[in-house]
Amino acid sequence: MAEHAGALEPGHRPVADKLSNSLLYLDNVTVSFDGFKALNALSLAIADGELRTVIGPNGAGKTTMMDVITGKTRPDSGAALFDGSVDLTRLDEEAIATLGIGRKFQKPTVFENLTVFENLELALRYHRGIWRTLLHRLNGEQVDRIDAVLQRIGLAARTADRAGLLSHGQKQWLEIGMLLMQDQRLLLLDEPVAGMTDAETAATAALILDLARDQTIIVVEHDMEFVRSLGAKVTVLHEGSVLAEGTIDHVQNHPRVIEVYLGR
Amino acid sequence: MSQAISDGPGPAAPVPRLGRAVRRPLGLFSVAGWIVFGVTLIVAAGVIPALTLLPAESPLQIAPYLVPLLGKYVCYAILALALDLIWGYAGILSLGQGAFFGLGGYCMGMYLMRQIGNRGVYGNAELPDFMVFLNWKQLPWTWWGFDAFPFALVMALAVPGLLALVFGWFAFRSRVTGVYFSIITQAMTYALMLAFFRNDMGFGGNNGLTDFKTLLGFEVQAPSTRLALYIISVLTLAMAFLLCRYVTVSKLGRVLLALRDAESRVRFLGYSVTNAKLFVFILSALLSGIAGALYVPQVGIINPSEFSPANSIEVAIWVAVGGRGTLVGAVLGAILVNLGKTWLTAAYPDVWLFLLGALFILVTLVIPYGLIGLAGRLRWRRGRADTDAPDPDLIEGPAPGAVTEINHG
Repeated sequence: MAEHAGALEPGHRPVADKLSNSLLYLDNVTVSFDGFKALNALSLAIADGELRTVIGPNGAGKTTMMDVITGKTRPDSGAALFDGSVDLTRLDEEAIATLGIGRKFQKPTVFENLTVFENLELALRYHRGIWRTLLHRLNGEQVDRIDAVLQRIGLAARTADRAGLLSHGQKQWLEIGMLLMQDQRLLLLDEPVAGMTDAETAATAALILDLARDQTIIVVEHDMEFVRSLGAKVTVLHEGSVLAEGTIDHVQNHPRVIEVYLGR
Repeated sequence: MSQAISDGPGPAAPVPRLGRAVRRPLGLFSVAGWIVFGVTLIVAAGVIPALTLLPAESPLQIAPYLVPLLGKYVCYAILALALDLIWGYAGILSLGQGAFFGLGGYCMGMYLMRQIGNRGVYGNAELPDFMVFLNWKQLPWTWWGFDAFPFALVMALAVPGLLALVFGWFAFRSRVTGVYFSIITQAMTYALMLAFFRNDMGFGGNNGLTDFKTLLGFEVQAPSTRLALYIISVLTLAMAFLLCRYVTVSKLGRVLLALRDAESRVRFLGYSVTNAKLFVFILSALLSGIAGALYVPQVGIINPSEFSPANSIEVAIWVAVGGRGTLVGAVLGAILVNLGKTWLTAAYPDVWLFLLGALFILVTLVIPYGLIGLAGRLRWRRGRADTDAPDPDLIEGPAPGAVTEINHG
């Protein structure tokens, strides 16, 4: 894992200061539920190829932010531009998924009654129409692709097992594997190490760093050690907007962040 | 399963071994499955009809008056199959299947009414008896075309299919799920019942359509016609079974199972949940419509009570008794429960409803996976000594909470 971290010093990452350079650009997004502002004029830019971690206390709007990006929640105002041109706030979940944004839920969400293999098969990037799906038969190349992902997420030995029989950590990996099968440009990982053992957490960090070489990833996490081990730029959310941004050391020493986390 | 748990993700994972899931069956069943299917089909469509043709003295004879009854069971089996497809696989408990069944039945009934011609009580070749009785002067437009059998057959599919399309589109697009969907489908069939009770609807009101004479020129009451209808019903059931099997073993079948487990994940994978549900709902409505169309000439009557909400609930009981999400279970459940119903309503007419209720409670509490699930469980217990196969309840069959909506925060 150390060698992965070495390759990911902040300096090697493009800095997302320009819209033209960003894959995802949230512009003044506000979401309110019954008067409570879950997101309050949130603006955030993620550069193409970047690995970004987002932290924040409970209720800071992390999950709502993911809901807006994936089309689950429509914001009251503001825009979410993908690839500089597409406004995600006008699309539904299916269209956004097809566009190239994948999401891992906070609670591992896999198809428990299907096998590990079948879970990945459904995620395979392929026509999503009803008839195509009805008639689809896997070809050798697609099976190879599934096998490659099975290897990468370390579940090759569990191929034919029902996903419901996997451990909590393995379900998280399977869900990440499903995102890999989709071959998305942007991955949103909501608390990928929640409920994991230390060993599983370390393995997951290595996996994410490995994935970050080909994909743009946003990780929302509580676990500070894990965030540190990713070594990526950190955005701190508080009350629905960005409180601080920078390296983990920078934000941890930020007086406002300390105040928010430790209380006044 | 020598290496059950790996150490975690990373390039050190073992070389992949293509598991059982990778090897797709060449056809719909294993060799043994095809043999069972073939034998059952030969017995149902060949041996049983042959036995009804034996002379009355023969101990093996099946009394010819039982043929329409058997045909009715087969129609119910098709209806149960249709519900299992949508409930057992996609987890959508439609309690309005009776509506599609009834509509299919009415389309066939209208054709049969037109075939009566001037042989009715009033001898009016232009209008069915009930219209003459109501003093109507001309045939309402809803009856146009039903003189032609192909038209009636197409309508028996088109009307239920179209209703499912419109109703399903609004319901699924608005993300109506779980118990709410069940309730509005009940309301749908109840509304149809009330509408068909009205004389001004022009479908015979309370009495429905009956006194049929001929179907394609054959006497509806003739033993040979009844036998032919029974055989056609069995063949239709066989085809419906193969079709459902084809859908459920396809990738789309796995999408249906997946949306039962985690609907939002299916959505985020890029599948249209609305379209998948609509597909299975329409297919299920079409099968129910065919079942209704086959049912009417065999029982000789169709009236608004077919739309009664209790009828649709009964279908769910058949499927639950046989075993949800197995297809075979639906067929088995429909036939067994109705056999029991026929016997009990004759022997103990007063207790039948109590027994039906008790049966449902018993199945829910004792064998939640139905008879098929029970069989699998017994087989597993017997074979447990020499295999390390896991509990089949954990491996196959729907989750006990399949109807419950899964919520992702």
